[in-house]
Amino acid sequence: MSAVSSWSELGGIILLSLAVSGTAVLLASAVGVPLGSLLGLSRFRGRPLLVRATYTLMGLPPTVAGLAVYMLLRAPGPLGGLGLIFTPTAMVIAQWVLVTPIIIGLVAAAVEDKDRRFRETAVLLGATPWQARLLVLREARPAVFAAVVAGLGRAMAEVGAVMLVGGNIRWQTRVMTTAILLETRRGNFGDALVLGGVLLVIGFLLNSAIHRLQTGEG
Amino acid sequence: MTPREEVMTAVGLKKSYGGRLVLDVERLDVRRGEVLAVLGPSGAGKTTLLRLLATLEEPSAGEVRFGDLVWAGGLSPADLLHWRRRLSFVPQNPVLFTGTVRFNVEMALALRGRDGPAASADVEALLDRVGLLPLAEARAGSLSTGEAQRVCLARALVTRPDVLLFDEPTASLDPANVAIIEETLREAVRCWRPAVVIVTHNLFQARRVADRAALLVAGKLVEVGETGHLFDRPSDPRTAAFVRGEMVY
Repeated sequence: MSAVSSWSELGGIILLSLAVSGTAVLLASAVGVPLGSLLGLSRFRGRPLLVRATYTLMGLPPTVAGLAVYMLLRAPGPLGGLGLIFTPTAMVIAQWVLVTPIIIGLVAAAVEDKDRRFRETAVLLGATPWQARLLVLREARPAVFAAVVAGLGRAMAEVGAVMLVGGNIRWQTRVMTTAILLETRRGNFGDALVLGGVLLVIGFLLNSAIHRLQTGEG
Repeated sequence: MTPREEVMTAVGLKKSYGGRLVLDVERLDVRRGEVLAVLGPSGAGKTTLLRLLATLEEPSAGEVRFGDLVWAGGLSPADLLHWRRRLSFVPQNPVLFTGTVRFNVEMALALRGRDGPAASADVEALLDRVGLLPLAEARAGSLSTGEAQRVCLARALVTRPDVLLFDEPTASLDPANVAIIEETLREAVRCWRPAVVIVTHNLFQARRVADRAALLVAGKLVEVGETGHLFDRPSDPRTAAFVRGEMVY
């Protein structure tokens, strides 16, 4: 029997994927954009270490992030009393853990690059230190949007973390990637391919958005 | 000829990077209404000198005087701002902000709290002067290098600074763009008599635009004098070699 029985179920899975990843990325942006900007604009002792740590966390395997959140949220865990394990909220938390370092790292790199190119020009034009920082951030805007979209792409595509903390429960925590995994295991390659196609189309749209932001086209 | 007022003076100015002395200037005056060309081979310290005058670098020893202020490192943020707002710096490679041509020129005034009709009129007049009024609403990113450098020049002049610093402003430009930039510069000098320092590799340019010229070799001033004098009757053999187009170290 197919795990996705109807179009309405397929629609629900796609909507849940978008809702979970979208929420996770919004929350990750709320933290990651200011922190990344700060990291990109400032020079302090220990900054190189912090940057390396961020880059390491950018490559955090989803299963590791999922495991950490699972340990926190499972019934006997420190936050087990909240009853969040195997809910969409748990999936949002796990993806937030994955995506926040990506947004911090990409934003910091973009801001640092613009800082090198534009800070001196701004200062020479008579900008106060704050005016100069604002001008640098203004130049980094497209790259900041691109970082957020890249984070969304990563969240939509990951499977390990949402599987661990969401449990792939039908009608509740099943998203596109976990549904593909299940369909494949059951031998329903047709359904898996349809879901994979939908995921690819969403990925293509996200990448088109990044491209437009980075080249300033459109 | 009336003696020209010194606007900026470098005294005993030294700069080293990692123990290597790259600039060692005993004294250099920059005078109101005068164009000073700084010549010299690559690596002579010309750009370092400009960056010190602009307070982008701290002197390792000595100082730069500009009005009441002395730059030997350690100026307050307010004094630094005051210093930089009285000068303009045009780099070799134009750096423009995202936005229109007009936005880029207006920015220099806006950062000083100047906007409104008078500011707009100044911006338009300068854009017209550098031949870019038809491109006022064009995106800065769509300009050629020559056009972008003319925007940088308009942006540098719109604030009517006391000191103008140019770092090889026409090194990568074609003759038509060079002519516009040089003529605009001459007009600015006639109009409000700023002191101008122009670093250039181009000996012909130095002869065309500069009242005085200085030769910098290995961080030291070899000779400073009236441009014609320096070219036609150089007193140092290294100057003679340099203006003949020979390598000097």
